[in-house]
Amino acid sequence: MGTKELKKPAGGNNFTKLFKNQIFIPLAALLLLALFNLIADPGFFKITLGYNNLGNPVLSGFLVTILDSGSEVAILAIGMTLVTAATGGQDISVGAAVAIAGSVLLRVLCGHNTRPETLQAPIIVGFLVCCVVAMLFGAFNGVLVAYFKIQPMVATLILYTAGRSIAAWINNNELPIVNEPSFGYFGGFIPGIPIPTPFFIAIICMVVIGLVLKFTNLRLYTQAVGINENSSRLNGLNPQIIKVLSFVILGLCVAVVGLIKTSRVSSINYSVIAKDIEMDAILAVALGGNALGGGKFNMTASIIGAYVIQFLTQTLFKFNVKSTALPAYKAVVVIVLVVISAPVVREWFTATMKKLKTKEAA
Amino acid sequence: MSSNNKTSASGGLGNKFKNMTDTNLLLTITIVVFLLMYVGAVVFLGSGFRKPQTFFNILNAQAALIILSCGMSLVMITKGIDISVGGVTALVCMCCAVYLDFHDGNVFMAIVIALAIGLGFGLVQGFLVAYLEIQPFIVTLAGMFFARGMTTIVNTDPFNVANESFVALKGTRIVVPGMGSVNKLGNYVDAYIEIGVIVALVVVAILFVMLKWTKLGRQFYAVGGNAQSAMMLGINVKRTKFLAHLFCGLLAGIGGFVYFMHVGSGSPSHATGAEMNAIASSIIGGTMLTGGVGNIFGTFVGVLSLSTIQNIVSSAGLDDAWWTGITIAAMLCLFLIVQSVVISRKKK
Repeated sequence: MGTKELKKPAGGNNFTKLFKNQIFIPLAALLLLALFNLIADPGFFKITLGYNNLGNPVLSGFLVTILDSGSEVAILAIGMTLVTAATGGQDISVGAAVAIAGSVLLRVLCGHNTRPETLQAPIIVGFLVCCVVAMLFGAFNGVLVAYFKIQPMVATLILYTAGRSIAAWINNNELPIVNEPSFGYFGGFIPGIPIPTPFFIAIICMVVIGLVLKFTNLRLYTQAVGINENSSRLNGLNPQIIKVLSFVILGLCVAVVGLIKTSRVSSINYSVIAKDIEMDAILAVALGGNALGGGKFNMTASIIGAYVIQFLTQTLFKFNVKSTALPAYKAVVVIVLVVISAPVVREWFTATMKKLKTKEAA
Repeated sequence: MSSNNKTSASGGLGNKFKNMTDTNLLLTITIVVFLLMYVGAVVFLGSGFRKPQTFFNILNAQAALIILSCGMSLVMITKGIDISVGGVTALVCMCCAVYLDFHDGNVFMAIVIALAIGLGFGLVQGFLVAYLEIQPFIVTLAGMFFARGMTTIVNTDPFNVANESFVALKGTRIVVPGMGSVNKLGNYVDAYIEIGVIVALVVVAILFVMLKWTKLGRQFYAVGGNAQSAMMLGINVKRTKFLAHLFCGLLAGIGGFVYFMHVGSGSPSHATGAEMNAIASSIIGGTMLTGGVGNIFGTFVGVLSLSTIQNIVSSAGLDDAWWTGITIAAMLCLFLIVQSVVISRKKK
């Protein structure tokens, strides 16, 4: 966030240093939530090993659910962080794009028959096609943003409005059902492994993006474009390509989430699948302390932020909050977090701390 | 600005085109497209569109959206955004419905409640955006979540309001003289509009005058166009942004009540996606998200264009639900690209 470079008073205490670190915000939120649950009901942390109706060992408990559902948001948060950093805007069409990706996947797997006995194509082929389609839609958003200079939120509004309709149209508004047990592995459990598969998929995504960020110039270029598009162009970068690329990467993430989401139910519901997930993904980026106006980013913080969001959701479920009333509580928490992390408030806080210190010294 | 155009009229069309401000240029495009679309509908689809009542029905159904879009345009002119308007609308509907039916309230107090809810959202969001400098998108996103969640907390199930005085108010129809038509049975039916339309037109008129001829209105454009220069000119940027969000909240409250008057029920699923429709209408009407450019009259035309295309789609026989979404998106896409191309050409 650039706050690290600020001149600090010699021997500034550790607390202030920690307070200014970007990972502090999501970690503190996580700690606070965990502490709250520990006091309210330690049963929250209980994990039990049971058997599902197929006779496979599965872990269950609130923490497992967090790892399970949080992984979807975490995967999307990876792409969303890049888009946010490069363009200074957010993609609000990811939920609709997940619907499209899922619909394409089922279309390829089921063919013309909506309820085939056997799959019409191997799962990997379906997934690859769905990746290509999702990346194309990502590129569509990217081109609108980069070449036509339309604000990201408005450009993605197009797909947001049309996405679910397109998804329904791809399958002629029918609901295909996949009759293949191995298709359910991606959103459920692989036999013999008691940890939900989405978590492994999320880890694979994290490792891949970690390696890419480490061994390529993607991070540097993205940040350069986000901080100042004109100077990055003068330095020989092509900001348009970088922006489109960030949307294409988000498209890839969307395809992966589409696979997980459709695998969970072995079918699809166009109007419900991945509903409001774009909000969760954007919140994860914001919670990670990334500037929503673009520029520097911290991928780890975003991913932790995604799991924090899911932690919060599960905590609220634990206290019997109805799923429809959930957003109200989420909103309050989000506002508190954003207010705490707002630069204006932080400056005020640091100034007050300083004043207190000088008073003590006097 | 219009006088500028008149003086340059002799300079040929190209010159006139160049002399227009961004706001007027985009407004002209919108109006032309809307007229073409409506005339096209009358010519090719005939029957329904030839009756004036079809037009008034669009107004009746979209009165709330017009008010919401006006608020949205205000915020967008100051370079902000407010995606909480749909949620606020639903909350206002639910609160008023619960108050009228379960607490035997009167209509006047219901209006006060609606305004108070809107004003409350505007105050808090405006403060967070303007004075704590948090991104408007995040603040109003939380506002939307909060409003939607609160709606279900107030009451989960949708229900129709049976309060007598409210039902009377809801059923009030204002006859438009001379615009009636003959129905299938051969009887003459008067054309009518609802009270909400009058409210919407008044709001459009007030905001149009405010943006065009008052100091505050010009300040909105200045802040949205370039906050730094606006500050140099001695404009209180924070206060202006705060006021924009306050007005938007208040208008969401008014729009919520108008919506309530149209549907006459409370439901958590009311006004789903209204924020996106409001943003789309504003953009089609020539307001730019980059701030400083926009026109309330354009927004009004934008709403009409949006619902006209919906009507065209459904009367052209493409009744499947997905066509509406796809056509609106296609239209939005078209307008965005046209805007982007026109503006970038003019700069050269």
